[in-house]
Amino acid sequence: MISFITNLINGLSLGSIYAIIAIGYTMVYGIAKMLNFAHGDIIMVGAYAAFTIITTLKLPAGLGIITAIVCCTLFGITIEKIAYKPLRKAASPLAVLITAIGVSYFLQNSVLLIFGSDPKIFSSVVPFRTVEIGPFIIPGTTIVSIIVSILLVSLLQFFINKTKPGQAMLACAQDRDAAALMGISVNRTISMTFAIGSAMAGIAGVLLCSAYPSLSPYTGSMPGIKAFVAAVFGGIGSVPGAMIGGLTLGVIEILSKTYISSQLSDAIVFAVLIVVLLVKPTGLMGKVVQEKV
Amino acid sequence: MKNVKKFLSVVMAAAMAASLLVGCGGSASGSIEAAPAAEAAPAAEGAEASGAATFKFGAIGPLTGAAANYGTAVVNAAQIAVDEINAAGGINGYQIEYKGEDDELDSEKSVNAYNTLKDWGMQILIGSVTSGCSIAVSEKTKADNMFQLTPSGSAEDCVKYDNVFRVCFSDPNQGIASADYIADNGLASKVGVIYDSSDVYSSGINTKFEGEAAAKGLEIAVSEAFTADSNTDFTAQLQKCKDAGVELIFLPIYYTQAATILTQASTMGMDVTFFGCDGLDGMLDMENFDKSLAEGVMLLTPFAADAEDELTQKFVAAYQDKYGQIPNQFGADAYDAVYAIKAAIEKAGVTPDMSVSDMCEALKTAMTEITVAGLTGEITWEASGEPSKTPKAVVITDGAYKSMQ
Repeated sequence: MISFITNLINGLSLGSIYAIIAIGYTMVYGIAKMLNFAHGDIIMVGAYAAFTIITTLKLPAGLGIITAIVCCTLFGITIEKIAYKPLRKAASPLAVLITAIGVSYFLQNSVLLIFGSDPKIFSSVVPFRTVEIGPFIIPGTTIVSIIVSILLVSLLQFFINKTKPGQAMLACAQDRDAAALMGISVNRTISMTFAIGSAMAGIAGVLLCSAYPSLSPYTGSMPGIKAFVAAVFGGIGSVPGAMIGGLTLGVIEILSKTYISSQLSDAIVFAVLIVVLLVKPTGLMGKVVQEKV
Repeated sequence: MKNVKKFLSVVMAAAMAASLLVGCGGSASGSIEAAPAAEAAPAAEGAEASGAATFKFGAIGPLTGAAANYGTAVVNAAQIAVDEINAAGGINGYQIEYKGEDDELDSEKSVNAYNTLKDWGMQILIGSVTSGCSIAVSEKTKADNMFQLTPSGSAEDCVKYDNVFRVCFSDPNQGIASADYIADNGLASKVGVIYDSSDVYSSGINTKFEGEAAAKGLEIAVSEAFTADSNTDFTAQLQKCKDAGVELIFLPIYYTQAATILTQASTMGMDVTFFGCDGLDGMLDMENFDKSLAEGVMLLTPFAADAEDELTQKFVAAYQDKYGQIPNQFGADAYDAVYAIKAAIEKAGVTPDMSVSDMCEALKTAMTEITVAGLTGEITWEASGEPSKTPKAVVITDGAYKSMQ
């Protein structure tokens, strides 16, 4: 029993990281209706920014986190302006998807050139390593990640539903042309969406590398894909869904590693995704949207 | 006329290089040491136009990337060996030209590096450093019949062709030697293994380790795998080891993942011994790595930088002097590789004007006849390309490798 609960805790640790990445993923999808496959790599850029400040320049961790957020936000806005905006009216939605994959490789290889590909060890920004409750040891990063993801979800829910810019985002998500007619600047709203999504990637990058300290130019890609799965699992576009999807995915992954097979865990995770999508195509918390012709 | 000019310039350059190198030891001997290079000139006269009177050694390894510590050590250490040999008058009077290329731990780039070196005129290849790259390159060296000596390509398939030899132990031998070492020294009776099932090096060692462990009466309580796609979270595997109460965890993996495992094990409050193979070598050089995590980690390696013998001390001093680091086992393998080639060339009487293929044929036979007293022990080779030497183990103490006795 103790070991089961410990495994559950380990699952939540992993899941909390997926959750925090998935929130940014799902938000950009929900508003801009595009899959930003470079999200994982923006996370990696954020982690490198924090690494440079904290380890190379030996400045305080707080400054590292802020740098990561600022850096990712700027990257997010720039990438959107240069790479995605010109394609927003492209005939096929595939164009922007392929561009996103291109941006992902561009970021990976740029960092490879600048920092080299030898892995760096990231120093955790969480001041306490573990918390012991009875026989259970909970990593500090887990507690921080779960708290941060709950905070982010609440803030986002409040922002989207209760503020004017948030309402503008919702309007753009529903119908861009109608929103424009109502006097909403669609370009600015989508830029803002990317800015917020990327700022979250910055936070996710710092937490990801605090939990799993080895940092390389490919650090973001696999967690990025898993977080995408988590977002789909929870219902893509739904912010609370992303968090629940992330946590569930982490727990499934660890439990299947422990009780079924450590080699097959990825296969099981993706099999669960397929089953969920077959039973409930919109994901756990996704809404069914009626298409009007 | 053009050829004569080119030829002269090469001889002059070689003579200059030789006198420069000797200059470090004592300037008086400069002119004497340069003499062999000049003498070599007539020998090469009848050769093809390109046949300058130097041996051209190439080395390939990951100078950047996840295994950069290995590649850099190999390329640097081979350079030290080449410099030493050149300073002492070369091989049979011929100087060595040497060049190292980066493959970023990517087999495709390794083949590209091979082609680059071949265009440069490489006659003998030292490399590649890692198993996957070495296997990829061996397809090319086989086709060209070029002599290849990999310092550290340990997978079985690295030496499947008869033109390829290696300095390090093969994976199976590492697995067997590890199990023997653990059992014979009574380090543990209940053992866990965490290995990378998507990596040929790791799964190769693991298979042989488990076989030998069973034969030696070790109980393998936990055997868990991970893959290249899920190599950041090891809590599930470690938790299983913890629940099973293993005394020692065997890690036949590379240092990047091992560093993560050590971090997570420490977070989980685990108190076990970790035992690894040569893949763990390099961990201490990782940027920002907390060395206290590695305290007490044991690894099987044929080389310990703190060994007291004169050869090791001289090599370590030279390496530190030139590159400001303590060399690891990969460097030692490469250093021995260069001296093995030297011994084989001397045995077979190979000259730089021979064709790459003739050179290879001669060296193939000579390799089985030589004994090299190198940094990694006294080594002899079988025709299969496998070396034979005694394994040693080191333990990480105070952030450095110490020999285990």
